[in-house]
Amino acid sequence: MSEAFDGNNYAQPTQDGHFGEFGGRFVAETLTHALDGLATLYNDMKNDPEFRRELHHDLTHYVGRPTPLYFAQRMTAELGGAAVYLKREDLNHTGAHKVCNTIGQALLAKRMGKPRVIAETGAGQHGVATATVAARLGLACDIYMGEEDVRRQSLNVYRMKLMGARVIPVSSGSKTLKDAMNEAMRDWVTNVDDTHYIIGTVAGPHPYPMLVRDFASIIGQEARAQMLEQEGRLPNVVVACVGGGSNAMGIFHPFINDTDVDLVGVEAGGHGIASGAHAAPLNDGKVGVLHGNRSYLMSDDDGQIMETHSISAGLDYPGVGPEHAFLKDIGRATYSSATDDEAMQAFRMLNQREGILPALETSHALAWVVANAPLMSKDDIILVNLSGRGDKDILTVADIDGITLT
Amino acid sequence: MSLGVKEEASEGAPDTRIKHTFARLKGQGRKALISFITAGDPGPEFTVPGLHAMVAGGADLLELGIPFSDPEAEGPTIQAANERALAKGITLKKVLAMVAEFRQQDTQTPVILMGYLNSILAMADFAEQASKAGVDGLIMVNLPPEEGHELQTQLAANGIDLIYLIAPTTTDARATEIMRNASGFIYYVSLKGVTGTGSVLADEVGVRTSGLRAATQIPLCVGFGIRDAQTASALSQHSDGVVVGSVLVEKLAAGGDPATACHALKDTIESIRHGLDQQD
Repeated sequence: MSEAFDGNNYAQPTQDGHFGEFGGRFVAETLTHALDGLATLYNDMKNDPEFRRELHHDLTHYVGRPTPLYFAQRMTAELGGAAVYLKREDLNHTGAHKVCNTIGQALLAKRMGKPRVIAETGAGQHGVATATVAARLGLACDIYMGEEDVRRQSLNVYRMKLMGARVIPVSSGSKTLKDAMNEAMRDWVTNVDDTHYIIGTVAGPHPYPMLVRDFASIIGQEARAQMLEQEGRLPNVVVACVGGGSNAMGIFHPFINDTDVDLVGVEAGGHGIASGAHAAPLNDGKVGVLHGNRSYLMSDDDGQIMETHSISAGLDYPGVGPEHAFLKDIGRATYSSATDDEAMQAFRMLNQREGILPALETSHALAWVVANAPLMSKDDIILVNLSGRGDKDILTVADIDGITLT
Repeated sequence: MSLGVKEEASEGAPDTRIKHTFARLKGQGRKALISFITAGDPGPEFTVPGLHAMVAGGADLLELGIPFSDPEAEGPTIQAANERALAKGITLKKVLAMVAEFRQQDTQTPVILMGYLNSILAMADFAEQASKAGVDGLIMVNLPPEEGHELQTQLAANGIDLIYLIAPTTTDARATEIMRNASGFIYYVSLKGVTGTGSVLADEVGVRTSGLRAATQIPLCVGFGIRDAQTASALSQHSDGVVVGSVLVEKLAAGGDPATACHALKDTIESIRHGLDQQD
């Protein structure tokens, strides 16, 4: 960074998309022109009153924002420590925070005059959010999804199809999110003239990590104001799950200069970090380059990207957004992990104590709360990004419970 | 188009196999034929004999793919080659050993490794090891010049050229900048797409490459989508050479023992060589 972060001057990334040593633009030459064009357009649009107005209008009247900040009273009582507040991103139209980004990027695509959008998806939430905005704006839409994820997220696959999107199963590599992203990049490189690639997380080549973060930052902006309004103070901790990291960046970013607020990301611990079967590159990865940026990665001694494991398709990704890597290295955020089992336990608790069905991704953030709220003072406040709802995970959970739904 | 970088040609740089090869071809009035296979595909025993067979068939430079788990710029053919090679346990270390073995019998033909940056990042002393093995150039699909300075410097110190790509979507201003920093040769990507797919519009490519060539003394070669003698010949009219890949990888994938596969490689190269040498 150009100057050291002193607590009130956070300004990332650099002009060329670097967050310290992370980020950048590591892509095939064919895409450089489109990325330059996107960066320039976004730079012009982000302060353009007409663009802001249109974005705000859609977020208000189509997505249903602002989402509530909800005090989870029974969960707080059961855990017996810090007060737990949930930022209800599950109440967005389509059921997760992802739509805030796709609305923004679709408006950019429209301004670029591109009639087609493509996206990768893991859990299907980003795919659904992309198919949704494509239907609304009349854009052709192809969604790449790993075969394995098509199987475990069949409800979302069907939702995308209902909205007129084509879902293209990807059978290469590990058949999950990373392979879907490879295939989307291949499509984009081929159809770059008429297609905009709506990347769904704060990864990819510059300017994606920046613009996805900015579109997702509405989460943190609202939550910060709501917290001040309801409690008259900021939370002690903000916690969010981290796969690629868009919901976490979205809630973290408006709090970065509030250095008294701890930022905690929770990665997918799978069967446990020690088992190696996880998706936690910030806990147990090394610096490398994948999908257009430099960040922490799960890769072996030969630089091959490793297969990851998580119960939640949306966290089952070997990389992580470069800004998270940067926040980790400068010590502004910390990153822990929650296992499949811990996430499931937290999932059940939120269902039973609050009547809220969280996504399995989100349940990883809740698992951190279950483990840590009891250790904190009753005067402390934890703000959780309840990033998505879990309807899509019903079949997975039923399967764990040995129940076959028909 | 005015691309004024001619004076920037790297005079006085040490002689390399790549330079020597292009100078020789120029003297003969011939175009370079660059042939690509993936190292270790479909098994390690195919690679060194395959390289020799391609030279015997008339290849001037050899491009050897480093198998990678996530080859995001490759079409189905080379993706499958990567998967086959990885299934055989091929690592970058083994790729370098293959080059060293090839060099025991062939000290003249340039060998260029092609792959993705994460493979190289995983080997701290790659430049030295590659140089020791006899590697002459490196093509990193996902490393544009803006991010490439550090690696280019390390490679240059070990006599290895980092070869940059220019695409149909690259603006003239950017192409000028890329050519200014270029080493070895320029790889012009003939189409918007992944390797081995799409059809190449030779006239369109020709217009662009002749403009680029007028502005640099570094050789310019064209690749992506070249499958036969006719296309190779057409694209070589306005370039210094062509790269052929997927069609060769298909020969290796067709099955059979290494001897059979090497025959098929040699035959294919010979026919493309013939097309290249016939022009004008």
